[in-house]
Amino acid sequence: MANKIPRVAVREQDPAVRATNFEEVCYGYNDEEACLEATRCLACRRPRCVEACPVNINIPAFIAEVAKGDIAAAAETIAADSSLPSICGRVCPQETQCEGSCVLGVKGEPVAIGKLERYVGDWHLAHGGGGGRIAAANGHRVAVVGSGPAGLACASDLAKMGYDVTVFEALHKLGGVLVYGIPEFRLPKDKVVAREIDTLRGLGVRFETDVIVGRTVTVDSLMEEEGFDAVFIGSGAGLPRFMGIEGENLNGVVSANEFLTRANLMHAYDEVYDTPIYVGKRVVVVGGGNVAMDAVRTAKRLGAEATIVYRRSEAELPARREEVLHAREEGIEFRMLTNPTRVLGSDKGWVRGISCVRMKLGEPDGSGRRSPVVIEGSDFDIECDVVIMALGTSPNPLLKRTTAGLETDRRGCIVTDDAGATTRQGVFAGGDAVTGAATVILAMGAGRRAARAIDEYVRGKYSEAK
Amino acid sequence: MFRIVEKKQLADNIYKLRVEAPRVAHSALPGQFVIVCTDEYGERVPLTIADYDTSDGTVTIVIQAIGMSTRKMCALGEGDALADLAGPLGNPSEFVNIPLDELRRRRYLFVAGGVGTAPVYPQVKWLCEHGVAADVIIGAKTASMLIYTDEMRRVADNLYIATDDGSEGFKGMVTGKVRDLIENEGRHYDECVAIGPMIMMKFVALTTREYGLPTTVSLNALMVDGTGMCGACRVSVGGQTLFTCVDGPEFDGHKVDFDEAMRRQAMYRVQEGEANEKHKCECYGK
Ligand SMILES: Cc1cc2nc3c(=O)[nH]c(=O)nc-3n(C[C@H](O)[C@H](O)[C@H](O)COP(=O)(O)OP(=O)(O)OC[C@H]3O[C@@H](n4cnc5c(N)ncnc54)[C@H](O)[C@@H]3O)c2cc1C
Ligand SMILES: Cc1cc2nc3c(=O)[nH]c(=O)nc-3n(C[C@H](O)[C@H](O)[C@H](O)COP(=O)(O)OP(=O)(O)OC[C@H]3O[C@@H](n4cnc5c(N)ncnc54)[C@H](O)[C@@H]3O)c2cc1C
Ligand code: SF4
Ligand code: FES
Repeated sequence: MANKIPRVAVREQDPAVRATNFEEVCYGYNDEEACLEATRCLACRRPRCVEACPVNINIPAFIAEVAKGDIAAAAETIAADSSLPSICGRVCPQETQCEGSCVLGVKGEPVAIGKLERYVGDWHLAHGGGGGRIAAANGHRVAVVGSGPAGLACASDLAKMGYDVTVFEALHKLGGVLVYGIPEFRLPKDKVVAREIDTLRGLGVRFETDVIVGRTVTVDSLMEEEGFDAVFIGSGAGLPRFMGIEGENLNGVVSANEFLTRANLMHAYDEVYDTPIYVGKRVVVVGGGNVAMDAVRTAKRLGAEATIVYRRSEAELPARREEVLHAREEGIEFRMLTNPTRVLGSDKGWVRGISCVRMKLGEPDGSGRRSPVVIEGSDFDIECDVVIMALGTSPNPLLKRTTAGLETDRRGCIVTDDAGATTRQGVFAGGDAVTGAATVILAMGAGRRAARAIDEYVRGKYSEAK
Repeated sequence: MFRIVEKKQLADNIYKLRVEAPRVAHSALPGQFVIVCTDEYGERVPLTIADYDTSDGTVTIVIQAIGMSTRKMCALGEGDALADLAGPLGNPSEFVNIPLDELRRRRYLFVAGGVGTAPVYPQVKWLCEHGVAADVIIGAKTASMLIYTDEMRRVADNLYIATDDGSEGFKGMVTGKVRDLIENEGRHYDECVAIGPMIMMKFVALTTREYGLPTTVSLNALMVDGTGMCGACRVSVGGQTLFTCVDGPEFDGHKVDFDEAMRRQAMYRVQEGEANEKHKCECYGK
């Protein structure tokens, strides 16, 4: 059966205007738009979108509820599988997950599942958030390390099961990458992230900022001295990588993490905040993932001419497709099949440019992606005064070094079983700390899975004791 | 919030704050630092832990008001609170992990410059409490800029003062006093620890290299998070790029690329200058 209604376009800020401000790019659907878009769903008997969703949200069911106008029911349907719909609706790579598998996408445009999810999530937050059944307090205490999506999801489920949960966060603000990495123009901090955290406070979850587990306290001291029955580690993968090329320590070369942290966490673009940021006139961002897109678009908004340099071709860009599209609309220059070889410095030690070589795509490598090969003699320079490295991140070794019996793999990722149990008894982990840099939805899913494992572990511990 | 229980001016523009931070006080060791935000809008400012007391759960920081953030911090009084204080960060000084019998056979020389005298104090105090003798040189431009001399005298084996203008103690730079001790007074040292302005640490390291005296320096690179997340604090040590906050802050002074480190410290100087001007205007405009 063919679908006659075209995908309902979502209203967005004008590209020329938004390239100069930090307000959200996408306005989202209103009630009529959401309802109309929802009617496009064919309610397939064997919905492929559900299979392709990492947490298997019952997509046709919630979309049918939106079509009926029963948004509260839709919110409840989503809540069974996801605790952060407002966030995931905004940042999930839908084109490779649910929407990428929607049957409507074969001939035309898939249902706008992400936009509908966001609509339901925002409606729910605007109507007080929270909800779900909350069990009576059971008197057991769990410590959660890190307040990113993994930690928040784990804390939320445990609190609902009746646990007394404390989240310890190293930084002075809560939210992990949602706050220090992903910019305001993609994910509003007060409207969305802070609300989700308030919902957790409402569930009785305690938060302690400025606590670096491994330094301020340790996993051992939490369990042995402070009486926590179990610990969940959701410490992310925050360590930036550099290329190891000449000139990387020149003034003006920064990691995307530094650039984005100054802009997002420290609000360097806002006059009333004290932290400085150096943007220069021409910025080159090295990389092609979400982090690179966020950095380049932030630089543009701060007034620079901004360019992406990426060693593969457009088709391999790992960033969400919508972000690449938005970046183009905002006037970002893309230099594909280009790889830096050296950062050029002035005699005062500041960046004045970057030397690159052109690349071509060779044979597919082990991962099936065609690997880039240098075209000999194709060297050329790009003039710029700031270079931002967005080459990926890895987990911080601090927790491994300070927690006896906690094993990590070659890449520094914490080793766990499928449920999230680490090699140390009573200690669980999930999110980027386990998988390496991945996605919000996977981190959230891992946090929830670990919450169930922690519940089982604690129950087991106390029934044995009896 | 972290309440200030004591504030004292130590010299022109140098203040000592004792702050309630029980978790930090409990875990702190010599050589480590904290990151402080004065208020919601503040920068994350790294400051070395100058003392810590587990009995009352306080840590002491000594701040030189040189820019907007440090001035804002020094404008607070007793009873006020710092919005954030996170730590202890960085690795403790190497000696806390050395067996005591071995440590007691070593002779330490500490060289402290300016506000860097404060971070030297907990190190010498720790060694003193563990029966390890250490000599200390404190350097300053002039006598009125000297800090921590009384406290240091109580814990140091020998305390030497050096002032550029000769208004107290040895007349000249700390490097001159290092030479004087080794060459004229026939002192022998096994380890040197230098903490102060980058330029001072550079020249102390150059001096001790001549005598083959192993030297540790504590680098005050620019930082944002202080937990290894941003790389703002990277330094070249022996040709390798390291992060000051997680790999340091103490490094082998004979291997540090000081010229690069000093250049990197100046990365935001123009903008900070503007912020200072703006801040001054706001303060004096009222
Ligand atoms: C710029 C950027 C853009 C991104 N865009 C997208 C996107 O569009 N879509 C998407 O799905 N994913 C995106 N990601 C990836 C996604 O944000 C992460 O996969 C996700 O946040 C991982 O969640 P987490 O809870 O495991 O860790 P994090 O979000 O990294 O949170 C970990 C938290 O733990 C804290 N912590 C670390 N160590 C300690 C310690 N020792 N003690 C106490 N606290 C500690 C950290 O400070 C941090 O707050 C992006 C990432 C970045 C950096
Ligand atoms: C590990 C570590 C420990 C430190 N311990 C102490 C301490 O115990 N007491 C103390 O007073 N300061 C200490 N510092 C230095 C302190 O963090 C800086 O002085 C402070 O960040 C300056 O902030 P501001 O906004 O007041 O000045 P800004 O306006 O940022 O700077 C004013 C001037 O100082 C220079 N400057 C900025 N940051 C630094 C720096 N990190 N080192 C040297 N010069 C700088 C600027 O280039 C500028 O010329 C330490 C730094 C580090 C990294
Ligand atoms: S695959 Fe597409 S049409 Fe089918 S249920 Fe999912 S969203 Fe609806
Ligand atoms: S201060 Fe950010 S990595 Fe050291």
